[in-house]
Amino acid sequence: MRKPKLAVWKFASCDGCQLSLLDAEDELLAVAGAVEIANFPEASREVLPGPYQLSLVEGSITTPHDAERIQQVRSESEFLVTIGACATAGGIQALRNWADVAEFTRSVYATPEFIDTLDTSTAIADHVTVDFELRGCPINKGQLLEVVNAFLYGRRPDIPGYSVCIECKRRGTTCVMVADGTPCLGPVTQAGCGALCPAYHRGCYGCFGPAESANLPALISELRRLEVDDATLVRALRTYNAYAPEFRAASDELEVTG
Amino acid sequence: MEAASVLERRNFNGLLDALTARGYRPIGPVLEAGRIVYGPIQRDSDLPIGKTDIHDGGMYRIADRPDDALFGYNLPSDSWKQYLFPPHSRLWTATKSNGSFTVAAEEIDPPRYALLGVRACELAAIRVQDTVFTGAFPDRQYNAVRDDVLIVGVNCGQAGGTCFCTSMGTGPQLTDGYDLVLTELLDGDHRFLVRSGTATGADILRELPLTPATPADCAEAEALIEHVSGHMGRMLDTDGIKDLLYDNAEHERWDDVATRCLACANCTMVCPTCFCVTTEDRPTLDGATAERWRTWDSCFSLGFSHIHGGPIRTSVKARYRQWMTHKLATWIDQFGTSGCVGCGRCITWCPVGIDITHEVAAIRTEEAVHAHR
Ligand code: SF4
Ligand code: SF4
Ligand code: SF4
Repeated sequence: MRKPKLAVWKFASCDGCQLSLLDAEDELLAVAGAVEIANFPEASREVLPGPYQLSLVEGSITTPHDAERIQQVRSESEFLVTIGACATAGGIQALRNWADVAEFTRSVYATPEFIDTLDTSTAIADHVTVDFELRGCPINKGQLLEVVNAFLYGRRPDIPGYSVCIECKRRGTTCVMVADGTPCLGPVTQAGCGALCPAYHRGCYGCFGPAESANLPALISELRRLEVDDATLVRALRTYNAYAPEFRAASDELEVTG
Repeated sequence: MEAASVLERRNFNGLLDALTARGYRPIGPVLEAGRIVYGPIQRDSDLPIGKTDIHDGGMYRIADRPDDALFGYNLPSDSWKQYLFPPHSRLWTATKSNGSFTVAAEEIDPPRYALLGVRACELAAIRVQDTVFTGAFPDRQYNAVRDDVLIVGVNCGQAGGTCFCTSMGTGPQLTDGYDLVLTELLDGDHRFLVRSGTATGADILRELPLTPATPADCAEAEALIEHVSGHMGRMLDTDGIKDLLYDNAEHERWDDVATRCLACANCTMVCPTCFCVTTEDRPTLDGATAERWRTWDSCFSLGFSHIHGGPIRTSVKARYRQWMTHKLATWIDQFGTSGCVGCGRCITWCPVGIDITHEVAAIRTEEAVHAHR
């Protein structure tokens, strides 16, 4: 039987998510044994022709060219998985969606006419059908291997949508919000990182985006009680997953009411 | 009840030595980065000497005591569940061979824990889990750990801000089910009133330099318990609780709590009786082996009620109602006891301070209002 072809595609991103695959040192050989790696920009320049049974898409859509290229990738991919906050929510670069991009290009580039960019940074799912979204900035390599594994065996990936708090408690971390009054986005953020920040006495930054039942208004009123001002709340919600619908709605609402 | 004896504070390490000499690994309260959690105890100096804890809805702080009490706090943030029923455990491994496969159950060789500082509500919680795991479907792993556990209970010398054990009939005094029970006495000489509850406990006591308890020692211990009973931070009226919740499944209070609840699941994770899990099968990429893991899950997660076609408790309202109704009502039908021991952890560790006692009271008073209309 021919091995399925796996391709990694890069759009507007920092490469951190595909590096998670390269970082899976112990498992990389097993991955290479189970699939044919047809495209992996961080590992090799060689690109084998499609179709691709599994495409991992990193990065967001920020240019007209990329908006076309993603259509091409989709048409050549049987199963398309977005990896990371850029691909699933537009990434940190989605902050441009609240700003004037022409103004940015004028102040950054000597010859802004050469810059051909969109006004927005958007998720892959805003452009093509996505079969599965893997969250995180960056993604967790264990979760990535789980997705590849699930694909190989035709099963649903075991990637829970519940909150970071569950991981926090499982690892035995004492809640920083309750015990220190440290603001934490964990209750509205999807698990996946293993509750890394609270284990180091810091609040969750929301890297994995909104959890399945995220109740932003309830957390926001609690954070206000902890004396976090609205401007800070807006900044906290506008990071890697700023444009994820629930975070975006909450930060917009704060700007209106705040 | 065994006659009580007195262990002087300066001889406390003798107790720890006796436990380790018997092959036990003592686990008890330790101060770690400004919180009291359960961890390994080697010497008395590992205990949170002179510290106490302040609990309220969604709030926990450590404070200094005016004395050098070893057990002068109420409850650590984690519970004994972390040890008796760990968050992750591998159940079995399957290996492919000759077109078939073999399944090997996980070999279990748990440490022999001596749980030091078990409160009355916590022992009640352990016994609730005993019923769950030793009943019709005995759980191999739980029982392997549980069978060897030695329990050194310590009666509470104060009531916590979120405690309501008296409402649930579980405390503050340990009455049975322990190997040893201590009451820390701080009036005059710092000492412990000790009693054994089992032959092992009695054997251990024989090795310690004890003196017989005087009537004054016993009176001091009794007064302490009485004081604690009278100062519970919370109260829950359990009168007719099952019918109250069954009759009010559509009460508007559930909508109200759903606006406040984060569905974060902290309440279930910290609850010493909650036992819900999910299982995951993890094959290796080459398919040569697969492992089945069991992991703590929660009725607050969407996946938990996922049956074919999708989850059945899609709203947070349905999930909170499920949790509270199971704890306080359906648990009684299922296991013959309440699923709540009144430890207050779900109140303290709820990031938004949702309070099971307030929620019940709200349903009760609003129901009364409806009834009298
Ligand atoms: S520290 Fe944050 S993630 Fe952990 S339990 Fe508390 S609120 Fe949840
Ligand atoms: S429901 Fe709350 S108070 Fe009752 S046993 Fe569980 S954590 Fe303790
Ligand atoms: S009651 Fe509190 S701890 Fe429980 S799920 Fe709701 S917000 Fe989280």
